[in-house]
Amino acid sequence: MKVIEVHNLCKYFGRFGAVRNLSFEVVKGEIFGFLGANGAGKTTAMRMLCGLLTPTSGKGRVAGFDVYRESEKIKRSIGYMSQKFSLYEDLTTAENLELFGGIYGMGRKEIKAKMAGVIEGLELEAGKALLVGSLPEGVKQKVAFAVSTFHSPEIVFLDEPTAGVDPIARRKFWEMIYEAANRGVTSFVTTHYMDEAEYCNRVSILVDGEVRALASPRELKQKFGASSMQEVFFALAQKAKRGVS
Amino acid sequence: MQTAIFIQDLSKSYGKEKHRATALKNVSLEIGQGELFGLIGPDGAGKTSLFRILATLLTPSSGKATVEGFDVVKDYREIRRRVGYMPGRFSLYCDLSVEENLEFFATVSGATVRENYDLIADIYRQIEPFKKRRAGKLSGGMKQKLALCCALVRRPAVLLLDEPTTGVDAVSRREFWDILKNLKDEGMCIFVSTPYMDEASLCDRIALIQGGEVLSTNTPANLVASYPFTLYKTRAENNYLLLEQLRTQSNVRFCYISGESLRVVFHEGAERVIRYPSSEAEEVTPSIEDCFIQLMKKR
Repeated sequence: MKVIEVHNLCKYFGRFGAVRNLSFEVVKGEIFGFLGANGAGKTTAMRMLCGLLTPTSGKGRVAGFDVYRESEKIKRSIGYMSQKFSLYEDLTTAENLELFGGIYGMGRKEIKAKMAGVIEGLELEAGKALLVGSLPEGVKQKVAFAVSTFHSPEIVFLDEPTAGVDPIARRKFWEMIYEAANRGVTSFVTTHYMDEAEYCNRVSILVDGEVRALASPRELKQKFGASSMQEVFFALAQKAKRGVS
Repeated sequence: MQTAIFIQDLSKSYGKEKHRATALKNVSLEIGQGELFGLIGPDGAGKTSLFRILATLLTPSSGKATVEGFDVVKDYREIRRRVGYMPGRFSLYCDLSVEENLEFFATVSGATVRENYDLIADIYRQIEPFKKRRAGKLSGGMKQKLALCCALVRRPAVLLLDEPTTGVDAVSRREFWDILKNLKDEGMCIFVSTPYMDEASLCDRIALIQGGEVLSTNTPANLVASYPFTLYKTRAENNYLLLEQLRTQSNVRFCYISGESLRVVFHEGAERVIRYPSSEAEEVTPSIEDCFIQLMKKR
């Protein structure tokens, strides 16, 4: 099943083509990496996929909804988590879940029904009255992911999810994403940390508003004769005409 | 090699009694002139506290630190004359232009751009086309180059760079490290922090820091060589299922995800087999990140 489908999607600001002819598909349960240097068009593309920006031309469906006509439905069907901001630190885990559940239109009954299961899954029964700010970093991250997927979105957008996190917490996080993927949760990861890209099933690399490469990290490394995604990215991104300096 | 930075049993904590937070615990390091030394660790490890103490912007709670032989508390004026400091957060004047910022930082340190231009020429040339632009309007990579120029224009003996490559894309990051290599060849002591494990190999020596404590100080090559186990990698179409399988195998000491493959260490003397269709164990050289994980576990 296709969760994201875009075909020749473009966004122009005046005569500037921020995103040009974006075409790809993301299937259910996939972990899809979306990479690009500063200024490559990542943010513009993301905003279109999240229903926050109307494309200039091309076709696109996210979670089965049209990016032109059904952007409100898209917004309800996606989750979002970033390393920089995801939770209210002065609320408890339960309060964060309740708040975000409410924002995403879940009813009180539904929130209550799902809450216990999520807290149990987080192994947080003992700590559920604690403010999120007082939880260890690794736990906080699990909570952030639980909050962003509480309303059962078709797809969750992860923005540099493990930037600056210690290596053990980072592994725990990816293990959680893998486990979710195994249950059918689709992850769309945007990052400019190439070692994060290595954890994705498939990776696309955006240069000057266009997708220049799209394959598994393994295939990309083979194709470019590179030992790491860093080298692959460098080979592509150094040809960029904009945003390099 | 002459000592440029000397740190002994340095500790720093913030707050009082119940709310005390310890940022640094008994940190000891010795960094030589002409050395490119990396402080590697995640957010919250204490990197910025250490840099701020060396830059004399913060006093230690206990312990001792000297820069070029001068004490960070008593001789702060001497140190400020000799150190170039690039803070983690962009700290130039956003409403001054590129060249105005450079002039300003040269003047406050009693230098002129002209007399030290040779030191910054290679870097400054890359941002010179935008010299009339306000610093606040520059891209991330350009801001970082300007900040480095401003730290260098006084011709410091010691350069302190706190996470200069955080939030900067991979292309600019590589250019930045090339610049550092050239500066090192000028004989400057460069102390640089980063959360990116892959940047460790670009340093002469590194210290790994976590929770305010230095886990290890070594050359990148020696750190990797001192990894205590034989490390293997393996992969499958579904690495999650493979991971679950490995955790049930009694011959596996531990395993974890690492990019598109898994890392595995077997028990001593145990069979080195993976009981999963078409997955094999292949010996692999540990990365700095593997070493970091091992040192964290030991604590």
